[in-house]
Amino acid sequence: MNHKFFPHTDEDIRSMLDKCGERSLDDLYKDVPSELVFKREYELPEAMSEVEIRRYFDELGTYNTQLTCFAGAGCYDHYAPAVVADIIRRSEFLTSYTPYQAEISQGTLQYIFEFQSMMTELTGMEVSNASMYDGATATAEAMMMAVANAKKRNKVLISDTVNPIVTRVVETYAKFHGVEVEHIAAKDGVTDRAEFERKIAQGDAAGVIVASPNFFGIVEDYTGWANLCHDNKALLIMNCVASTLGVLRSPAEWGADIAVGDGQSLGIPMNFGGPYVGFLCTSKKLIRKMPGRIVGATTDLDGKRTFVLTLQAREQHIRREKATSNICSNQSLMALYVTVYLSLMGKQGLREVNEMSYSGAHYLAEKLTETGHFHLTYPDKPFLNEFVINTDLDVQQIQEWTVDEDFQFGLRLDDHNILVCVTEMRSKAEIDALVESVKQYIEFINDQQD
Amino acid sequence: MSKIIEGLYYSESHEYVKVEGDFGYVGITDYAQHALGNVVYVDMPEVDDEVTAEEEFGAVESVKAASDLISPVSGTVVEVNEALEDEPGLINKDAFENWIMKVQLSDKSELDNLMDAAAYKDFIKE
Amino acid sequence: MNNVFYGKLIFELSREGRRGYSLPKNELASYSMTDMPNALLREQDPGLPEVDELTVVRHYTNMSNNNFGVDTGYYPLGSCTMKYNPKINEEIAVHRAFTGLHPLQDIDTVQGALEVYYKLQQSLATLAGMKEFTLNPYAGAHGELTGLMVMRSYHASRGDDKRTKVIVPDSAHGTNPASAAVCGLDVVVVKSRPDGTVDVDDLRPLLDDTIAGMMMTNPNTLGIFEHSIAEIAKLVHDCGGLMYYDGANLNPMLGKVRPGDIGFDIMHINLHKTFSTPHGGGGPGSGPVGVREGLEQFLPSPRVIRIDGDDDCYEYNIDFGKDSLGSISGFLGNFGVMMRAYTYILTLGRDQVKNVGPLATLNANYIKESLKDVYELPIEGVCKHEFVFDGLKDKSTGVTTLDVAKRLLDYGYHAPTIYFPLLFHEALMIEPTENESKETLDGFIDVMRKIAQEAKDDPEMVKSAPHTTPVRRLDDTKAALHPIVTYRELAAEQ
Repeated sequence: MNHKFFPHTDEDIRSMLDKCGERSLDDLYKDVPSELVFKREYELPEAMSEVEIRRYFDELGTYNTQLTCFAGAGCYDHYAPAVVADIIRRSEFLTSYTPYQAEISQGTLQYIFEFQSMMTELTGMEVSNASMYDGATATAEAMMMAVANAKKRNKVLISDTVNPIVTRVVETYAKFHGVEVEHIAAKDGVTDRAEFERKIAQGDAAGVIVASPNFFGIVEDYTGWANLCHDNKALLIMNCVASTLGVLRSPAEWGADIAVGDGQSLGIPMNFGGPYVGFLCTSKKLIRKMPGRIVGATTDLDGKRTFVLTLQAREQHIRREKATSNICSNQSLMALYVTVYLSLMGKQGLREVNEMSYSGAHYLAEKLTETGHFHLTYPDKPFLNEFVINTDLDVQQIQEWTVDEDFQFGLRLDDHNILVCVTEMRSKAEIDALVESVKQYIEFINDQQD
Repeated sequence: MSKIIEGLYYSESHEYVKVEGDFGYVGITDYAQHALGNVVYVDMPEVDDEVTAEEEFGAVESVKAASDLISPVSGTVVEVNEALEDEPGLINKDAFENWIMKVQLSDKSELDNLMDAAAYKDFIKE
Repeated sequence: MNNVFYGKLIFELSREGRRGYSLPKNELASYSMTDMPNALLREQDPGLPEVDELTVVRHYTNMSNNNFGVDTGYYPLGSCTMKYNPKINEEIAVHRAFTGLHPLQDIDTVQGALEVYYKLQQSLATLAGMKEFTLNPYAGAHGELTGLMVMRSYHASRGDDKRTKVIVPDSAHGTNPASAAVCGLDVVVVKSRPDGTVDVDDLRPLLDDTIAGMMMTNPNTLGIFEHSIAEIAKLVHDCGGLMYYDGANLNPMLGKVRPGDIGFDIMHINLHKTFSTPHGGGGPGSGPVGVREGLEQFLPSPRVIRIDGDDDCYEYNIDFGKDSLGSISGFLGNFGVMMRAYTYILTLGRDQVKNVGPLATLNANYIKESLKDVYELPIEGVCKHEFVFDGLKDKSTGVTTLDVAKRLLDYGYHAPTIYFPLLFHEALMIEPTENESKETLDGFIDVMRKIAQEAKDDPEMVKSAPHTTPVRRLDDTKAALHPIVTYRELAAEQ
């Protein structure tokens, strides 16, 4: 067959066919009606050697531009220690299957147990699953979990300050799952509390979805929200940016019932949108309503402490259409990214990351304001590493200008508002260079107007 | 051989009802607990819940299986067997002793739709 | 794999004050988080470990030695298509010109990445006989859900809202009915014949104007090609339903039969099975969904589209079409997995890809024929990529399928899929891929025969296997009875 993926020699094929009592490889398909067999050519290129593959992707890569990233909105450019990528490459982790055979999968099971432990430490919740696809689908799963828990309710409330990318996914799942999604308006960059109180008091919501920090980067004050939810028999679901959990008040401290979000900000490369990892943590009381895999501690026949996939009876392969979810995998390897990252960073490293991000973001906001053409859209609201800034300039033009100098200057929200993010990856020099580029644009505009 | 007790009513989904006056004690049969294996969790209704005959009222879970509990009778739940919360394995020890819920029966004529011990014995032989 | 068990947890290696990272000095420390209102900050620090770098490296390296992977040894795992995960895929997946891209960055600066997405979806389309694929779904189950959403969107677009049921064979994997339920569809089960193929006579009366469609794998769970597929597809289409192809068993078809040519309208592919991307201990996978012409407008958003200009010039863009079913992922799916799958397709090329299915099928039939005198083969005849034994032929020893599976671990093999499908009590499902050599298969066959002999000679030894793995059989009941799922609980318990 003459290809590195196929070890079969002509002699192998002949003797194996003999054993099967067949004369040719085609005979192995004699049960397929011949009119169903594909006999034409695929629209694919000829096989490429490794030399050609490398050349091909090098060339494709030149159609991308590496930008100095000042964008967030659910994906963050954070530092990851060199160790993380190295551990991920270990093929015992990379090329293993789902750890159903616990005797030869303790490596995977152990790190998932560590992942669950770390996510519960960060969120303050009692239990975590083994991870989900991403933050958006984890939020959609939490929505379905709340509806299943409430039994006879099929409505959830979602704040307009939740990242619209997440809301879009929640709404898609809701539409097909038969759940009504009602929005709670945003007011001055935060969820309108009066509207929340009015809507929750109707007593027909199974859950309420809010965000911390919210889409605009604002850290909202959710004092009293959990009580209002619980008084009305609804679950409080909080979507969080994982890295900020190192310093911000945790979902458990706010009284949330389910904490969800994306773990990308904990050591996973931006990688054009994936793979990332979702997390979903909740209370012990709700553990059997939780979707996805769970690893638990047990012992083997010799009494050794070991780990195993547990509570599998909730899952789709046993419960079929009655399962808590159709999910039958996790993002195991991405959970390993997060686990190794958090092992290295610890609480102190995570604090420093947040402090540096805070410093950089506030410095950039101040420098932009000093140009006289920018002001914070929500000036009195506390933010960590992301903020919305309003400008009297044309957002699209200024972004094109800064892209030409290899900056991704935030994300355009509308003609006058930009959502900007600064992480610990951005040095003062880079921030200054961005501000300089913006200033040059302002000069250019002024020159044109003169 | 699975144990079957005379005088109880049995459903095709392997629940039993033990009737005492206006009340019925509902649990799963010995045959059912055998089929499930080690029970690790019982999802029970709450007191004051209304249950309806032939509708789900909870679930039992073993390591490798989970099965919905179908109520053989209609009525109001007046008590649940809280001992099962801490020790679900009691069902394996004695499924008939360890009932799951006590129901105030709203329609005793429903019992006529259920099997007696002899009929159930035949049923599980099939 | 190492047979010495390493069982520590990172939390147990933590010592206060140790650190495993290095960050630059905060040049802007005067802008301090202490200005944030206290009520918004954590009251208690998270209990994360504090560990130095070498300790972390050794910890995870030792832990990896407790694990088995495709690079360690052979996986006869039915229904899972455990292919070799080529190293060039891994190298390309971490190409620096791609890994640093923000998913929302300026569209002109990500044209290379969009081209990978677009060309991979086109490649899958030609290989599967479909019009267009979305690569957004994250896994096979996610693809199923997305495909069913396409199905419902199609009926809804025609104002046909009676169609609320989907037909699923009783032999189907549990994910099919679970996906249907999440998608708000009721499941109607169609019976199988003894060989696991769909019973067409049982299907006919189920078909009416409430049927949205039917989900099938082909070959089916037993590795048997559904020879009535054309008839089934016609029946479902005639009643107004759509045919969904579950790509779990696509490998034997690759290069030979295209789902789009045999009557399917919607399908998903598992890139982590058929297209060689690593399973990663359970993920990330990728579950692209393909549709025939006329359904592409319903695919999830965002969609990558190509805009053709003059002189062979074109550019890529992102589209949120008005007919789209909505979004099912934050961004454009597991892009890193796509890089690997596309590399695999380019490495094979249009001619070699035709050998994938036939060689996988040859390997499966070879194992089947070599073992059927000692293991019970319930269905004779040629199989496709996989087949099922119903346990050992000699049932008198009391050695079960579970015991055989566990004994295989002692010999350095992964276990086959066991107790699925449910059609047989002692199901043992074996699938080799095209990457395995005759020598590997012969080695496996020898061990399987040896275990059959051991079952006669020393059944107790087989029943208590494994003996040489890092740990022995685990207490599942204990784990489920009192779930301990975090270190905090575990430490409290100890």
